[in-house]
Amino acid sequence: MHELAVCRSLLAEVAGLAGRNGADAVISITVGIGPLSGVEPGLLRRAFSLVRCGTIAQGAALRFETPPIRVRCRTCAGVSTAAANRLLCAHCGDWRTELISGDELILMSVELECGTDGRNGEGAGAGARAPGAAAEA
Amino acid sequence: MCQSCGCASASVSAPPHPATADGAAAGGPTRTIDVRQAILADNDRIAAHNRAHFDAAEVLVVNLMSSPGAGKTALLEATVGALAQRPGGGPRLAVIEGDLETDNDARRIRARGVPAVQITTGGACHLDATMIHDALDDLDLAALDLLFIENVGNLVCPAGFDLGHHHAVALLATTEGDDKPAKYPVLFRTVDLVLISKADLLPYLDDFSTQRAEAAVRALANEAPVFPTSARDGTGLQGWIDWLVARVAQNREALASRPVDAAAHGHVHGGREGLGHAHRPAARHAGADRP
Repeated sequence: MHELAVCRSLLAEVAGLAGRNGADAVISITVGIGPLSGVEPGLLRRAFSLVRCGTIAQGAALRFETPPIRVRCRTCAGVSTAAANRLLCAHCGDWRTELISGDELILMSVELECGTDGRNGEGAGAGARAPGAAAEA
Repeated sequence: MCQSCGCASASVSAPPHPATADGAAAGGPTRTIDVRQAILADNDRIAAHNRAHFDAAEVLVVNLMSSPGAGKTALLEATVGALAQRPGGGPRLAVIEGDLETDNDARRIRARGVPAVQITTGGACHLDATMIHDALDDLDLAALDLLFIENVGNLVCPAGFDLGHHHAVALLATTEGDDKPAKYPVLFRTVDLVLISKADLLPYLDDFSTQRAEAAVRALANEAPVFPTSARDGTGLQGWIDWLVARVAQNREALASRPVDAAAHGHVHGGREGLGHAHRPAARHAGADRP
């Protein structure tokens, strides 16, 4: 699945950021994944548990934000939420809408450990820890 | 689209991103960096680089996507024949073929006298911008007007990767069911044209409705034309050819009225020498190098 390619791209960017900021470790990574991004968060999490091994993000937690699908009607200008395969205006029913959120595939933020003590910040402030964290080293 | 992060936020009145503020994790030896960058920014950058190549050579590029077996190669074979019959011989063509294995499809295209480059992904489920850039080593863009990229047969993964193409076209075979757009909204939402392929089978498939397929595309807020085609009996081919020829002309006009995006390319491939430039090993030129 393409989640592995997406994950490699994500970690390359994170590693670059960590390097430019002189970080010792990455504590957490927050990504925004809309339902229409084409990326499945569960698969990305599994890919992450493999790809992070041996990188500066080895101990990092991966967090997701899921923006809702929202459309703006080109006919009545109303804004409404919608289902992934039914992007109709909830106000007037017209299909001529534009997506205003829901297809994001974004690296939102990265939490870095920049001190000199303690390399593994795993779990620090992390609400969601990727599975399989202890499996490799 | 939001200029800061590439998300679909269309205006400044869009809700603020719920991202952690810079420095919010203060209190320990930690820093939170607010990034808000497209995860596939690297692919997008190389795609823009490819597009700059195509624009410099005035080549229109069409990314063909469908399930395996929907008839992409058969459509291209029929397209080669139909375009050759246009006054003046029609646009000069080439094809980049993407498959997991074999060069069968490229050989089918070459048999029609059209240059074809085969990318075998060896298991990867989609083409990406770097693969296309590498394939340019084997194409003389200066000798082309129209380049087709036949993506790996897959309705999921190819949708996420910009290749530098100008238009995306989806094939939906009558044998697949008219609800495919509802099942694969990510791909069908964003394509510029939907061709209902294998239309010659419609008389035998009483459960496929072109109207329902079109309604499913509209439900994705996509106004792309939807029409039946058959590479076998020629149904709808004229509409497809007219669409292509109009896009080639439209692209030329658009390019004539604006300078080539040299910034995205990193350098300008000026003149004939540059366009046919040996995208040889040296080709890993600055604009496309990965970090």
